[in-house]
Amino acid sequence: MSTKNGSLGSTAQRTWREKVGLAEMLKGGVIMDVTNAEQARIAEDAGAVAVMALERVPADIRRDGGVARMSDPEMILAIKDSVTIPVMAKCRIGHFAEAQILEAIEVDFIDESEVLTPADEENHVDKHAFTVPFVCGARNLGEALRRCGEGAAMIRTKGEAGTGDVVEAVRHMRAIMREIRQVQIAREDELFVLAKEMQAPLEMVRAVHESGRLPVPNFSAGGIATPADASLMMQLGAETVFVGSGIFKSGDPARRAKAIVESVLFHKDPKKLAEISRDLGEPMVGINVSSLNERELLATRGW
Amino acid sequence: MGRVVGVLAVQGDYAKHMEVLGRIGAPAQEVRTVEDLDQVDRLIIPGGESTTVGLLLQRFGLGEEIVRRAGSGMPVWGTCMGLILLAREVEGRDQWTLGLLDVKVRRNAFGSQVNSFEDSVEIDGWEEPALGVFIRAPVVVDHGPEVEAFAQYQGQIVGVRQGTIIGTSFHPELTSDTRIHQEFVSK
Repeated sequence: MSTKNGSLGSTAQRTWREKVGLAEMLKGGVIMDVTNAEQARIAEDAGAVAVMALERVPADIRRDGGVARMSDPEMILAIKDSVTIPVMAKCRIGHFAEAQILEAIEVDFIDESEVLTPADEENHVDKHAFTVPFVCGARNLGEALRRCGEGAAMIRTKGEAGTGDVVEAVRHMRAIMREIRQVQIAREDELFVLAKEMQAPLEMVRAVHESGRLPVPNFSAGGIATPADASLMMQLGAETVFVGSGIFKSGDPARRAKAIVESVLFHKDPKKLAEISRDLGEPMVGINVSSLNERELLATRGW
Repeated sequence: MGRVVGVLAVQGDYAKHMEVLGRIGAPAQEVRTVEDLDQVDRLIIPGGESTTVGLLLQRFGLGEEIVRRAGSGMPVWGTCMGLILLAREVEGRDQWTLGLLDVKVRRNAFGSQVNSFEDSVEIDGWEEPALGVFIRAPVVVDHGPEVEAFAQYQGQIVGVRQGTIIGTSFHPELTSDTRIHQEFVSK
């Protein structure tokens, strides 16, 4: 790992260990998109481990079109004041000035997110330059490791946000887990070419080869709408799930939020999941990803 | 019952505690249900989100069972969130806890994530200090006479013991220092 941890006797802020450490604390949980303080409290009361503060959930961003930017700091601060759990917020891909503002208002995590309109079509934010940790989306192992190389402390599958269709989250998680296994069983002398093919930093590829896992926690996002979806992603290897539009676009958000939290805890227990899934009201309506044209896909943003 | 260390695996960094226990060769098991708890003779409550885990402990009866077992002598050690859940009282909040330690804690005592840090922590009876990793960490602001404060950082209490119950604000499971784990396992 290129980032050094602190050692005894020195106060070492902004260390890799604390950034990844906070991501570790969020494992086995649900992170929920919220657009105001009231929703944030519903999320916290249901058992969310963190909330993502944003002005419009992805389903609305998709519907409204136009340029989607960082949320108003006023709104993020109101949410921060209303809950004790960590508050995350999104900046546009490559928009390091938005990230600096989010760091200045002390959000707990920044999501450099394809859900917003990208600000830079070549470069992502240099996340090592920040004290606040970052999460980034990925569709495959190469993309995940490029983000880790830039300093991301958490990776999430991109899925296809705002659709309520889990198919892309599944595709991305399966790709990442499959490629991890391929790197793990490769010979040492094959790692150079693997790194070249995946366009990933060699040291990150080596770390995956040795540990059989991503260098940072591996979460899932993009299209999760039901307790069964959450269970599916956890069984496929996710360590926590993000639920965006799926909760507050459903008929009974408080109930659904609580059910999805429980479904992560009991993701391997179908009897409990059956109990949890009963009588939850209407899920979000959703859009089949296969009905979207290329230009409407969010997951292809980021490189 | 053999000597098996349980790690509460409802939510949080339980995998890190499992890794450390594996490294020091202590038999360990993840605990999610009352049945799991029956299999262990001591319990670690890891870091995580105390509101989330508190809710889930209440919903499924596991919290009640932890209190009952601790009452009959089961050792319990909580790190960060674990300390909050063990406390009798959370400052300024009406938050459900297990109430096994006669302490009042302040949540996020050092601020939000940008104020997380690591530094050395003096531990009573240790020659070498511990490396304390503090992540949105709580501190003990008040405690009863039966509570021994064994670790301080800049005048704040960050480690307490009351009988067989231990709480620390910091995360030894994120470092290579296994001394507290070894002590907890060997008692």
